[in-house]
Amino acid sequence: MSESDNILEMRGITKEFPGVKALDNVNFVVRRGSIHALVGENGAGKSTLMNVLSGLYPYGSYTGDIVYEGEVCKFFKIKDSEEKGIVIIHQELALVPYMTIGENMFLGNERGKKFAIDWDKTHAEATKYLKIVGLTDSSKTLIKDIGVGKQQMVEIAKALAKNARLLILDEPTSSLNEADSKALLDLLLEFKKQGLTSIIISHKINEVSYVADDITIIRDGKTIETLVKGVDDLSEERIIRGMVGREIEDRFPKRYGVSIGEPALEVEDWNVYHPIYAEKKVIDHVSFHVNKGEVVGFAGLMGAGRTELAMSIFGRSYGRDISGKIRIHGKEVTLHSPRQAIDAGLAYVTEDRKGSGLILTNPITINTTLANMKGVSNRGVIDRDKELSVAEKYRQKLNTKTPSVRQNVGKLSGGNQQKVLLSKWMYADPDILILDEPTRGIDVGAKYEIYCIINDLVAEGKSVIMISSEMPEVLGMCDRIYVLAEGRIVGEFGREEASQEKIMASILSVDLAEKEKEI
Amino acid sequence: MDEKGLDISRRHREPITDTQLLLTITICIFVCMYVAAILIWGGGFKKPQMLFDILNDNAYLVIISCGLTIVMITGSIDISVAGVTALVAMTGVMILNGSMPFFSVLQASLGLADSSRIVFAALMALLIGLLFGLVQGYLIAYLEIQPFIITLAGMFFARGMITILSVDPQKAPQALLDILQKRIEINWLGSPNKNGVIIPARMEVGVVIAILIVILVFCMLRKMRIGRSFYAVGGNRQSALMLGLNVRKTRFMAHLFCGILSGIAGFVFMMHTGAGNATNATAGEMNAIASSIIGGTLLTGGVGNVIGTFFGVLTLSTIKAIVTTSGLRDPWWQSITTGAMLCLFILLQSVILMRRHRNKH
Repeated sequence: MSESDNILEMRGITKEFPGVKALDNVNFVVRRGSIHALVGENGAGKSTLMNVLSGLYPYGSYTGDIVYEGEVCKFFKIKDSEEKGIVIIHQELALVPYMTIGENMFLGNERGKKFAIDWDKTHAEATKYLKIVGLTDSSKTLIKDIGVGKQQMVEIAKALAKNARLLILDEPTSSLNEADSKALLDLLLEFKKQGLTSIIISHKINEVSYVADDITIIRDGKTIETLVKGVDDLSEERIIRGMVGREIEDRFPKRYGVSIGEPALEVEDWNVYHPIYAEKKVIDHVSFHVNKGEVVGFAGLMGAGRTELAMSIFGRSYGRDISGKIRIHGKEVTLHSPRQAIDAGLAYVTEDRKGSGLILTNPITINTTLANMKGVSNRGVIDRDKELSVAEKYRQKLNTKTPSVRQNVGKLSGGNQQKVLLSKWMYADPDILILDEPTRGIDVGAKYEIYCIINDLVAEGKSVIMISSEMPEVLGMCDRIYVLAEGRIVGEFGREEASQEKIMASILSVDLAEKEKEI
Repeated sequence: MDEKGLDISRRHREPITDTQLLLTITICIFVCMYVAAILIWGGGFKKPQMLFDILNDNAYLVIISCGLTIVMITGSIDISVAGVTALVAMTGVMILNGSMPFFSVLQASLGLADSSRIVFAALMALLIGLLFGLVQGYLIAYLEIQPFIITLAGMFFARGMITILSVDPQKAPQALLDILQKRIEINWLGSPNKNGVIIPARMEVGVVIAILIVILVFCMLRKMRIGRSFYAVGGNRQSALMLGLNVRKTRFMAHLFCGILSGIAGFVFMMHTGAGNATNATAGEMNAIASSIIGGTLLTGGVGNVIGTFFGVLTLSTIKAIVTTSGLRDPWWQSITTGAMLCLFILLQSVILMRRHRNKH
């Protein structure tokens, strides 16, 4: 063989963000014509590694070498890597809903002359690629009119139209149902026969063991190991062990003398449907309860429905056709708007602090008091001195680092924004706080501080629901853990009995059951 | 000693915000421009009366710009403001000169003096403004129709109604105008005329109303809960919703305020001109949007302040005054020069802001 066996070698890649080492000397080798899976927990660094490869993080912003087709490559932008045939398909689909399949497929890669798009050629080629991925729809169909599964296929066809030789799929099946996922994975196997190399990032271990030839496990920004089909054991247990094989260090402050009381929030037989795809059930007969003084965790993979559950409870801010009962302190309530939920003593601290948590154009003072303006105002007039002292009080209490509380929150770092978000809800003085990914994207020191705040809250007799994708955090902080998968509660563990393996196993058993049902 | 330390640290921790900086820049450039006008063209600009004339002529613009600033802060837009102003002015004048039968009959049956027509006109102004605010606000906030299209329809409707009321220009009777156009004379700001007699500076009542409104809106935006809601909804509607603010009501209120202010602006306009005409306050909505933007309000919402808007109006109208006094007679040269100066102003603002951000990083 004249060419090297490896289509891609990434050597010693290190990538740092302010305060975080996202990748630490990562080595990653992909054999030509194989399907290589990249697995790891959320935040392990998989997407970062692929962004380095695609040139989204330009050459020079990381250290290490990318050797592709035997030559060292320096990609400064995505276009550079695409020219070499490296095409990445992101988890979030990048299609324009009101354009046709054909238009989308050749967006930025138009067929025809410089100033005149050749629509006949566009649609002829689109039809050709659609056929390859097994779609029979006309290339003139609007994207919004086809389902998510087909949209994902269009993404792949789009990648093929760019003459892809190395296809990277980031969580390609996360928004697909089982049948569509299977079709997609089979398509990848078909491509493999024709010599196309692909890298697949996935949380779904069963899918990984189904398609992958090689599996590289990344944990905390480091390559842990690469497993090869036929040489190593590729069972799901083996992969999970590699993914979570970390000891829980003493990273969590201890809680002392917090007594757990009677139920504060009870949710019974909760059902929620998707706001757009009305037939899709997002939350399926979920019942749970949280006691006074208790921290309850919700574990699960991305897309398991945890955020949707929380938001639908918080004044129906998500979903449609919601049914079920909510009892707060034993009394049944109906919550139709976030305002009613807040008045009933609930608070939802969002995972999306920029999009639906803070007003970035406003200063810390205003953001701190916005959910409880009554507290700092008299007959509609704000007492600005009181507002300032409230903001200052929470700044000190939470140790928010800022030059001034009059600073716009848009200028703060992620951890400090998170603290402002928390102070806002703490000032609203709820009984039950739902914290959705409270430590996402913030450094270890700030994490510890947020854990301490959580402990203080339950010590005051409040209840905390903690949604987190970081399993050690859930295990370290929660008195009780519910496991959610596919919108259903698939497990409940007390603090003593819970372990990463048990949680992962209960998530996967659902996936497996679904799979078997289908086969 | 402790207290002193705290004091110093607090002063140290208060950096000037972008909004404050932008406001300062606007005011500074305005002052520089005005001083330059005095130095270069002298004449009219030397007299304080020039500034008062600018204020007298543009009091209505100040008021509609205030309303528009509120609406723009919530991330919406209202282009019917000048149309409503003109409609109110026409209605008012027709009430004053007795060509509105309903009000004439009402006045006769109650046995009131002619001066009572002023009260009718004022009430009618508020009513028209309120109605526009209510309807447009409801359609925009509760039925979630694009504000641009709703208020465009509102503008057409208002302009059309003026012509239905009267095709010909209407004039208010002189006796009532004398009451309405009573001016506040400020002796110490007076300047001598050709014969050396000191003529006091004159300011119209409308200017006082406009300044009062600026102060009221300023307090509302800065100190009241509803003001906070405007900024929050404009800054991030999703966040505002998730923290329990009534987003629809907030947007509705913004348009309601804007409508009422347009009504008041119409009355002030009528006080100033004493005439009703289909072309009244032409392009007033564009001037109001421009003034708000000069004053630092963002079209995307969430950012803005009404003091800036006030100086925005002053800047815009001073530019126009400069162009007129500088001897450009042709209207097209006037527009071209006004446009160019406006561009220059905005450019200066952006350059200063950009330099500041660059220095920071």
